[in-house]
Amino acid sequence: MAMAALRREGRRFATPLISPNPAIALRSSIIPSQEQVSSGVRCISTQIVRNRMKSVKNIQKITKAMKMVAASKLRAIQTRAENSRGLWQPFTALLGDSASVDVKKNVIVTISADKGLCGGINSTSVKISRALHKLNSGPEKENKYVVLGEKAKAQLVRDSKKDIELIMTELQKNPLNYTQVSVMADDILKNVEFDALRIVFNKFQSVVSFLPTVSTVLSPEVVEREAAESGGKLGELDLYEVEGAETKSEVLQNLAEFQFSCVMFNAVLENATSEQGARMSAMDSSSRNAGDMLDRLTLTYNRTRQASITTELIEIISGASALEG
Amino acid sequence: MFRHGSRLLTRATAMTWRRPFSTELSAEHSVDSTFVEAWKKLIPNTEPPKTPSAYMNPRPATPSSIPSKLSVNFVLPYSSELSGKEVDMVIIPATTGQMGVLPGHVATIAELKPGVLSVHEGNDVTKYFVSGGFAFVHANSFADIIAIEAVPLDRIDPNLVQKGLTEFTQKLSTASTDVEKAEAQIGVDVHSALNAALTG
Repeated sequence: MAMAALRREGRRFATPLISPNPAIALRSSIIPSQEQVSSGVRCISTQIVRNRMKSVKNIQKITKAMKMVAASKLRAIQTRAENSRGLWQPFTALLGDSASVDVKKNVIVTISADKGLCGGINSTSVKISRALHKLNSGPEKENKYVVLGEKAKAQLVRDSKKDIELIMTELQKNPLNYTQVSVMADDILKNVEFDALRIVFNKFQSVVSFLPTVSTVLSPEVVEREAAESGGKLGELDLYEVEGAETKSEVLQNLAEFQFSCVMFNAVLENATSEQGARMSAMDSSSRNAGDMLDRLTLTYNRTRQASITTELIEIISGASALEG
Repeated sequence: MFRHGSRLLTRATAMTWRRPFSTELSAEHSVDSTFVEAWKKLIPNTEPPKTPSAYMNPRPATPSSIPSKLSVNFVLPYSSELSGKEVDMVIIPATTGQMGVLPGHVATIAELKPGVLSVHEGNDVTKYFVSGGFAFVHANSFADIIAIEAVPLDRIDPNLVQKGLTEFTQKLSTASTDVEKAEAQIGVDVHSALNAALTG
């Protein structure tokens, strides 16, 4: 099949070289300068294959380098993410996990990467955010988005532009630290009205597995309401004595803000780790694909080369036997 | 999955939501079943996202008698200093003053101010200067302390503390806007607490 295609291509160039002298053809095929176009019709098809092989090899090198870079970045950020895992556990132990809470103003904070080539994690986050939007929609309920990261912004701007309150990009320009995240959290808390904040991110489980997770942070009023309702999730909250210089509601306010910044810090780190892990596996499969492609192209190249040599030999021999007989 | 879901729902309606049980495996039983059910109904093709309680080991229920030791989790954004360490007592710098927490302490939510946290285990006392945060004491003798920064006391340089204190007191006197005043006041508070920690 490949031979027919290559022969077809060869025929295109046959017209300028009307009478290929067998002797010249033989000489040129012995000289290993098959790269020159002038040496014959059939070498042009090997040229095309050779160009493809060169570009595929370059791609393989580039993706392998990207994989190494991602692996080293992953090592660094994975330790930080794992160390920060203790940060949100006390809040969940105290306030429980209120993902199914029913509130009027939902704000969905979607965390995603800025750079691409990291597999499907950004699309997963956006899909979950959209699903949460749908889940919490109803009369008198409003859902807003706060978008962190370029990739989610590109996807959400397309159909939910009016629901997006705040967009933040370039989080990882400087290495992530708590101060930066708390400033960001402060920004969000000041500018967005919410009853419940749902933070959507990818939690890092292993290099090949990332679990989409949603963490909920409630505003102090909703916390008090749920605590007051007996049978509500936070029914036990009233049993806690509150030690603070100010009133209970001020302490709860501080608590909610602190919880948000802690949960955000962990979420941003976990998402960054998942991004590096996903990039590593995407680049790994890409370089493996490039390797396979290179093998296939090498076989095609060799076959083409051998076919052209065989055809030349046949022509010479049939020419010689015609002269004899 | 449905069996567990119905068990959780009956328990939830029968009494106020108790924290998940210590004997069960952590993964499935801490799942928020109402959320999962609502999700499955509305969005059938996608797996529901996980929620934080799926990643946590559930805390033990309140024991009937006062346990002998307090379990302390002391976490910072960059590391977990102590996780589940069994100690005799911790003294935390709450905004209302130094508060001692012993096993069997009443459940409390305390806001922390910059000051010294000391952990007492037998005869060892470990002291840290914490910058501020929150502390939760639960009825089952678990204490969670969350702080932003914590340093052991021997790492603090007294000269820098003095310099900082004078600098911030000066800033406080020359501050004009509320924001500047608040920032300078915070600086003064932290540095005087550091000073007190080093001397006292």
